[in-house]
Amino acid sequence: MITAEEIREKYVRNHPSPFCPGCGGGMVLNAMSRAVESAGIDKKDVVAVSGIGCAAWIPSPHWRVDTLHTTHGRAVAFASGVKIADRDLEVMVVSGDGDCAGIGGNHLLHGARNNIDLNVIMVNNGLYAMTGGQVAPTTEHDEKTLTTPYGNPASSFEVAEVVKAAGASHVARWTTYHMKELVKEVEKAVDTKGFSFIEVLAQCPTRKGKKEGMTGIEMLEWYKENTSKDQDSEKMYVGTFCDVERPELTEEIYRQIERLGGE
Amino acid sequence: MKDPGVYFIEGNIACAEAAMKVGCRFYAGYPITPASEVMNHLSKELPKVGGRFVQMEDEIASIASVIGSSWTGLKSMTATSGPGFSLMQENLGYAVMTETPCVIVNVQRAGPSTGQATKPGTGDVMQSRFGSQGDYEMIALSPNSGQEMFDFTVRAFNLAERYRTPVVLLADAGVGQMREKVKIPEDVPVKERKRPSSNETEFFDTDEEDHVPPMPDFGEGHELLVTGSTHLGDGTRDTASFSAQDNLVRRLVAKIDGNRKDIEDWEEKNVDGADLVVVSYGSMSRPARGAVKKAREKGLEVGFFRPKVMWPSPEKRLREIGEDSKVLLAELSLRGYRIEVERCVDSDKFYVYDRLNSLPTIDEVYQKIEEVLS
Repeated sequence: MITAEEIREKYVRNHPSPFCPGCGGGMVLNAMSRAVESAGIDKKDVVAVSGIGCAAWIPSPHWRVDTLHTTHGRAVAFASGVKIADRDLEVMVVSGDGDCAGIGGNHLLHGARNNIDLNVIMVNNGLYAMTGGQVAPTTEHDEKTLTTPYGNPASSFEVAEVVKAAGASHVARWTTYHMKELVKEVEKAVDTKGFSFIEVLAQCPTRKGKKEGMTGIEMLEWYKENTSKDQDSEKMYVGTFCDVERPELTEEIYRQIERLGGE
Repeated sequence: MKDPGVYFIEGNIACAEAAMKVGCRFYAGYPITPASEVMNHLSKELPKVGGRFVQMEDEIASIASVIGSSWTGLKSMTATSGPGFSLMQENLGYAVMTETPCVIVNVQRAGPSTGQATKPGTGDVMQSRFGSQGDYEMIALSPNSGQEMFDFTVRAFNLAERYRTPVVLLADAGVGQMREKVKIPEDVPVKERKRPSSNETEFFDTDEEDHVPPMPDFGEGHELLVTGSTHLGDGTRDTASFSAQDNLVRRLVAKIDGNRKDIEDWEEKNVDGADLVVVSYGSMSRPARGAVKKAREKGLEVGFFRPKVMWPSPEKRLREIGEDSKVLLAELSLRGYRIEVERCVDSDKFYVYDRLNSLPTIDEVYQKIEEVLS
């Protein structure tokens, strides 16, 4: 069994971290590293694509793989180009909730519809943290944020359900409290031939915790108390939303090329 | 892919054929008039030569996937027109900042906004140079025939690979959708990107005189840090220091500006000693050249100057011309190249023939020449 030190040495760059104390970002990095390790993937073949925001900094500059730190919201689109160009690469996308479901929502929908073989980790802290804590598409109705001082007049949406409906092969949700389950789910994402989407609720003690009067640890406890692996529970469901086989875009493109004698 | 030979084809088809010939193996795009023929043709032909073709959900995703593909080592391209080109601007700047070779074809139409989708225009000339935020230099080529749609597409790829930068093929509906004779040669010149030697770790800075660092591919074990944030030579993000911003942005600008002599290209005829030089580019340069010929037949001392590379602009040559001669800029827009030419020529010597919607006749341009010289 590989030790925590060995994981750190192999997968994390020796670089000062820009993350706040208590941030959930490091836990997501840990989960992805362990999943790649236990899936037996050569990390030389891993490309991590991210957009803009705190979550985009999880792979870049921390993760010791090839990284492509792109423009706001476009990570899935950049990643699609990488995967279609070279299907032997294992392409991971790490994106915040604003990056992924707000400005990048259309790319997310079409990535899922194409069922392209990407592994998308949406790190959901419920607001735009890097810019000060503005309302996001994942912020609850009536919740107060920097730009909804009188309560959020809009409503949030269930991104996992939307991605499932759009046609992704594999959709799941966990939190940073559920580390063991998260590692297994990322491993499953890597094994899935098709679009994998994992929503990870991750604590932001700086923008969200302070506002709610909670520390990072208390936020983890909140995740524990307010989620359930039972789909019929009143609490927020964590677990797999779907795991189905569907035609995958890259394979289909390569099959056509081969049929036409291109390679 | 067509065999070598002489064909009667649209400029957009010539562009697609040239891309395959020079080694383009990835195309991503979104339908738009008057550029769609490039994509339509490549959707059929590119897979036959082993290339990947994908139609994306919009133009933002198209250029994004082109940039992603280029980092796996494939020559990559997209084609669009004004509205799509506007959407691509942010990621065009990203390609500049990350030094990602790629080709963006803009078959210009009449704008602004939706404008007249089937009519030619050249209102995107300044946008192709200044459209994305921040300080940078851009290479943009302007073809004026089906043959140049072929030849300049080849050159656009070679410049992109040589200088590790995005290159814009700034066509217009006139040359993109016109059918004429195009010769597809047996071989075309092919340049490949500079690759790193095995012990290199700096892919975002260089001491070389050409300012072009070597570019590795994803999947080679370099643990690359590719970012649109300001970065150091090894790719590490540095969003605060003076030296990081100063070194990187100055080098990116110098990479194009300092290599002007190699990049610049223009056509000129009877310029020295002329009373008037007609400056024109793109499809408009066809009737403009015809008007110059007619003027000379009538004994007028008129020269002709056509930038084939719009950016970096032939600034020095334009200034020399403006010293001795009057200059008449003929273009298919009101503000296309005007500011650039105007700043190189004395205002009392500068004249404009601007035209919207469609090409003029030779006589219409000729009348303007007579008017200027009378």
